Amino acid sequence: MSTDTAETTGAAHADSTGRPPVLEVTDLAVTFPGRRGGPDVHAVRGVGYTVGRGEVLGIVGESGSGKSVSSMAAMGLLPEHTRITGSVRLHGEEILGLDDRAMARKRGRVISMVFQDPLSGLTPVYTVGDQLAEAVLVHDPTAPKAGARARAVELLELVGIPNAEQRYRSFPHEFSGGMRQRVMIAMAMANRPDVIICDEPTTALDVTIQAQILDLLRTARRETGAAIVLITHDLGVVAGFADRVLVMYAGRPVETGGVDDVYHRSRMPYTMGLLGAVPRMDPEHQGALVPIEGTPPSLSAPPPGCPFAPRCPIALPECDMVEPGLLAVGSQPRREEIRARGAGAAPSGVRDGGTGTQRAACIRSGEIAEQGWTAQDIYPVPDIPERSLSAVRREDRPEVLRVTDLVKHHPLMRGAVLKRRVGTVYAVDGIDFDIREGETLALVGESGCGKSSTLMEIMELGRPQRGSVSVMGRDTAVLGRAGRFRLRRDVQIVFQDPMSSLDPRMTVFDIIAEPLRTHGAPPADVTRRVYGLLGLVGLGTEHATRFPAEFSGGQRQRIGIARALAPEPGLLVLDEPVSALDVSVQAGVVNLLKGLQARLGLSYLFVSHDLSVVRYIADRVAVMYLGRIVEIGDTASVHARPAHPYTRALLSAVPIPDPERERARTHVVLEGDPPSPADPPSGCRFRTRCQKFATLSEPDRERCVSTEPRVEPTGGDHAVACHFARRRAGS
Amino acid sequence: MSTTSTTEESTAPAQAPAVPRAPSRTGDITRRLLGTRRVLVGLALLLLLTALALAGPLLTGWGVGERDFSAMLEGPSPEHWMGTNRTGQDILTQTTAGLRRSLLIGLLVALLSTGAAAVVGAFAGYLGGVTDRALTWIADLALVLPGFVILAILSEHFAGRGGWLVLVVLLAAFSWMVTSKMVRGLTVSLREREYVQAARFMGVPPHRIILRHVLPNMSSLLIADATIMVSTAVIGETALSYFGLGVRSPDISLGVVIADGAPFATTAPWVFALPTALLIVMVLAVNMVGDGLRDALDPHSTSHRS
Repeated sequence: MSTDTAETTGAAHADSTGRPPVLEVTDLAVTFPGRRGGPDVHAVRGVGYTVGRGEVLGIVGESGSGKSVSSMAAMGLLPEHTRITGSVRLHGEEILGLDDRAMARKRGRVISMVFQDPLSGLTPVYTVGDQLAEAVLVHDPTAPKAGARARAVELLELVGIPNAEQRYRSFPHEFSGGMRQRVMIAMAMANRPDVIICDEPTTALDVTIQAQILDLLRTARRETGAAIVLITHDLGVVAGFADRVLVMYAGRPVETGGVDDVYHRSRMPYTMGLLGAVPRMDPEHQGALVPIEGTPPSLSAPPPGCPFAPRCPIALPECDMVEPGLLAVGSQPRREEIRARGAGAAPSGVRDGGTGTQRAACIRSGEIAEQGWTAQDIYPVPDIPERSLSAVRREDRPEVLRVTDLVKHHPLMRGAVLKRRVGTVYAVDGIDFDIREGETLALVGESGCGKSSTLMEIMELGRPQRGSVSVMGRDTAVLGRAGRFRLRRDVQIVFQDPMSSLDPRMTVFDIIAEPLRTHGAPPADVTRRVYGLLGLVGLGTEHATRFPAEFSGGQRQRIGIARALAPEPGLLVLDEPVSALDVSVQAGVVNLLKGLQARLGLSYLFVSHDLSVVRYIADRVAVMYLGRIVEIGDTASVHARPAHPYTRALLSAVPIPDPERERARTHVVLEGDPPSPADPPSGCRFRTRCQKFATLSEPDRERCVSTEPRVEPTGGDHAVACHFARRRAGS
Repeated sequence: MSTTSTTEESTAPAQAPAVPRAPSRTGDITRRLLGTRRVLVGLALLLLLTALALAGPLLTGWGVGERDFSAMLEGPSPEHWMGTNRTGQDILTQTTAGLRRSLLIGLLVALLSTGAAAVVGAFAGYLGGVTDRALTWIADLALVLPGFVILAILSEHFAGRGGWLVLVVLLAAFSWMVTSKMVRGLTVSLREREYVQAARFMGVPPHRIILRHVLPNMSSLLIADATIMVSTAVIGETALSYFGLGVRSPDISLGVVIADGAPFATTAPWVFALPTALLIVMVLAVNMVGDGLRDALDPHSTSHRS
């Protein structure tokens, strides 16, 4: 059963295996010595991979899986006290253990790296061009300055910086995040390296910018013929871009193979769980999200057996005896053999560099292949109660929140002593929407589109600059102090960052009790209710006395949800509640939110930039662009028939964790960055990036430039603000 | 803690009839505070100093101002255990009596100054707007005023009994500004934290947010400031006394004794050694307690808790 898989993938990758690999990593292990007598941290154990010219290897894993550390080790960028063993060969030459000066000659010229955070990757006091020219000069000090300069301009053009000649003299802070990442990529390409390691290159960026950067990386590969190692936690990014995938867990590679094999025929329960936990844009292919329970093991004291066994739904007693080697599917030792050899035996089997053959570190991989199991088969599918929404029509349900023509403008001030107003940031510029009882409205858009400003305006419960906000049918503008205080119970918020949303100096008990005590609940009630809430969000009573720092991200987000639920609100405002979490944890929190909604009849205002999560959780969706809503309607119809060109571009930019479909899709890649909200374009705000605008005739364009489109219904629960939106047939 | 972490099928709240009691934060902190050896040693030293300060003058049999004209600037003897100074006063009596005043001055000034800095800085930073501008203006004004000169002038009027209390207030009044600016800066960044916003959105009034969320999260700064302030206040008082402006005779403070003894530090070390040693022990003890308090308040510093 597994032989034919191996053959087909072997054939597909014959070209890459035939030639000598550019980068070859074998049995790499990285250990950070424990501080102050603490235990050593085994960050990476037994990682091996090879990449050939022009090949893309995706390394996928959650935070703490060692994916970044392994590439930093390959680059020689880890601190000196780190213990690194194994071998890293560049064109067959061992580079592990080279001294810093020898390594510096390789870095940038033969092997280069693109880092995650484009904001801190550039020195703020030098111009972008000079930094780029320096990257050229540093490997060839004899080259003429003018030549390096010309090359820098050429590189800026290559990575799609408009007016490269002028932008050469710009400082990093004048560039947007996406443009800075372009400069970082230009720097990595400057000396035509043979390997580019990209460490989460798009994680800090918006989806439309992410699509641009991925396009750019494709260009970089074509231009330089370099091998690319793409490190990411986003399974969608890898699906459409990588040739082969290496999945890491707790510092170990647990599955590797061709991208199609790993995605469609995963043989390691962890990979299966990861894929099952990602919300999909095509929900007909997916039931409930499958969370992986528990947390990764401690890297300082890894369990003797398979590191995933404690979380694995199909773990056997043999799994805990010995760590399974990364072997071809089906060639794992049989259970009896493992038992016979007993615990502590070294993992057996060959662990060579890695070709196209799919291999998994699971003793049941053969069985999984035989049975053709998927995530839904082996993971307990969570049972989420159905909501009883369909019984009552939307129009008949009471209104929980109505926002009418809401405006939030920030003045732009200049000058230190005599402040004068030099402009206005149109953060929120006249938006309307409503939320009915028991439903979820998602507010989506890129960063800077005004989603968070909208939330803050609603949460203030004050008098908006223009327009009105009414919560539970009560206009917030006319509320007195006492009325506002009472109304605060009905609207609660869950924040994005589970690190900063909980006071680190308070125990979990005090955190959850705070809203109750504020609203004057008697102490006995507070105690009872806090423990009840802990149970409701899936935490135990023993957690009450601990501090937030002792919890993982997902658990902290649960504490945040418990706090928000404490005063029994009717409306929960969720500000990107899962975007800071790992995929497997995210699924658990999303399921929890869905379950709570069904059980408690909550309404959600769900702010997110992640359209796939929105697709999964929201009933209705509102798309924002530069302070305006451009499209609003029920999720299914907006996703299936996006009427606004911006919505279409957004949807198209979201990568799907399905290699076949991802390759078959044609992406609409938006040009450039969103305009500044301080200086929005006249007429339709989207026209500067609109792909439809480009195809219009002159009089039609005139209309877009001069008249701002209003949000007009297109039939059903769907409205759009575009003069030339695709109308639905018959309406 | 990972075992019960992500259970999707949560148990209904009704299933737990035996509700555990609510944890108490102050009890927890006290227990941790008393569980640290450093704190215990520090507290013991402070108690010892207090006892010495109270009992010292009674032990020697010499009065505070009393002079022994038969023994001037003499070393330790059965008559004078720690020797005498230039004018024949008993060093032990002088030192312990001075310690009593200095302990009070040091601790009170630290408390007042840090308290004022915390309150002014936190309210200015949290409330912003007019309050911020007014409070910042007051702090700036206090900074540019020549504190030493004003103290010198005012102390003329407050000499005599109870004058040291006025001195405490004045010393505190001229030492809170820099810390309050630091506190304000920290508050401005803490104000944007999501837990502060969450508290605001659940209707917690501003003064409660400041006391509950803002100040505890900068407790390390405040405690460090207060411990430094203790020694600064004692030394500041010494400086004033040196010019005859601080504590006046017949009242006496550690600063006065040290200032008197300083010229003889090399020729007659006993005059200088004891008061200086007591000052060092006092600052050390306060630092130990402060360190322990900081650790007890900081949940990150303790990893082995039940």
